[in-house]
Amino acid sequence: MKTWLTQNVRAARLALRRLLAAPMNTLLSLLAIGVALAFPAGGQMLLANIQRLAETSSAMPQISLFMSVDASAEEAKEIEVRLKNFSGVKQVQFLPREKTLARLKTSEGLRGVIDVLPSNPFPDAFVVVAADDRPQALEKFAAEFRQWPKVEHVQLDSAWLQRLDALLRLGRTAVTLLGALLGLGLIAITFNIIRMQVLVGRAEIEVSQLLGATDHFMRRPFLYYGALLGLGGGLLALLLATGTALWLRAPLSDLAQLYGLNLALQPLSLRDSALLLGSATGLGWLGALLSLRQYLR
Amino acid sequence: MIRFDRVNKRYPPDITALTDVSFHVEEGELVVISGHSGAGKSTLLKLIAAIERPTSGSVLLGGQNIGVLARSALPYVRRRIGMVLQDQKLLFDRSVFDNVMLPLAIIGFPPKEAVHRVRAALDKVGLARREKALPIALSGGEQQRLAIARAVVSRPALLLADEPTAHLDHETAEDVGRIFGEFHRAGVTVLIATYDTPLFPGARQIELAHGSLRS
Repeated sequence: MKTWLTQNVRAARLALRRLLAAPMNTLLSLLAIGVALAFPAGGQMLLANIQRLAETSSAMPQISLFMSVDASAEEAKEIEVRLKNFSGVKQVQFLPREKTLARLKTSEGLRGVIDVLPSNPFPDAFVVVAADDRPQALEKFAAEFRQWPKVEHVQLDSAWLQRLDALLRLGRTAVTLLGALLGLGLIAITFNIIRMQVLVGRAEIEVSQLLGATDHFMRRPFLYYGALLGLGGGLLALLLATGTALWLRAPLSDLAQLYGLNLALQPLSLRDSALLLGSATGLGWLGALLSLRQYLR
Repeated sequence: MIRFDRVNKRYPPDITALTDVSFHVEEGELVVISGHSGAGKSTLLKLIAAIERPTSGSVLLGGQNIGVLARSALPYVRRRIGMVLQDQKLLFDRSVFDNVMLPLAIIGFPPKEAVHRVRAALDKVGLARREKALPIALSGGEQQRLAIARAVVSRPALLLADEPTAHLDHETAEDVGRIFGEFHRAGVTVLIATYDTPLFPGARQIELAHGSLRS
């Protein structure tokens, strides 16, 4: 156990020394890996932000139900009762037309317009929250409500959410695909770098084998080398993604403000960062292992 | 310690290096393998170190038939042997000290004790004051002594040397011969392939001619 530890510490040190011995080479390798990984890292960061935005902007999908303008108060009352007794409906909020008119009158731009209108143009309305907020269930409710008397229009507020959700799913698939492709790229990069390292270190490998070095012993420094390259590249990618996020934060927030959205771009979460660094390290190690299988015999 | 039993070694296509070689070396013996160039001396040593495998016959090292061992078992055979090869295979990208450290690093020797071991080995061959030098800065005799230090640092029970005094002037060669004599007196089994047998007084001689033992 102690021997194993000694050997690993030695191998890690050796790998680090080899990396530092050729700083220009190391830097270029790290850049290649870092830039490649920055794309999926940045994509994931963007997705997480959009998702957070979607979650905070609309807490619950709702159904808006509008009566026709000529519906009487009794008819509205009847609908309210029906809604409240409808199984699966969790919450019903009644918005009387007078209140809507009063509320909109307080809004700066609309007051003049409303004042010149001969009668109240707004209908009575209900905001319904269903217990089951899956899109299919809401769709069924809406279809039912549309057939009730004096109900003019039923609107599903979840439609845009559905669209966003589909977009997010597409985005996630794209990021996963991009990550897989560039992960393959990382394996290819380390494969080639380790191949060169093995060729350069031929003399040492040969001597060590004559002195009784096992294959494990020979491979270990190269595996650490690959893993360290992966880790370094992952860190660089994280740095690039975070740097971009901080740089874009202020202008993006200003832009979002214009649309009434509160958006402060967040860097990659701790979990995503750990995942990025872990998989980069693992892939670097794997690239090295495949290369050693081929070239270190 | 070493037993050759009807060993043949052929290299493709049809070069015969050794023919029907049988002999036995006791533990603690000093043995010189002599013969003309191309007589099969190096091949014989390579068979003991499991660098080559016999075409037929068996090579026993400490009772173990090393001709049939799996590749993964070979490192452990080689760790029991100190080897000074004809081309010394020193590593020119690191210091004298680090060259001698390599065998200990390979067996995972505790680093602190390893430093003492390396200094002791360098002291024994008279290179104590050159430990920081690079091998390229050493003379031919010093390089040879460095190769010996590396071979003995892990204190193997068997020391093999292939022409350790070739390309050395007579005085340096005698020096190197003396060092091997010292290891022999310390109880190490020593096997040396050489054409210069008088350098190793008191050694038993095995003579090869065209791949066969001459008795």
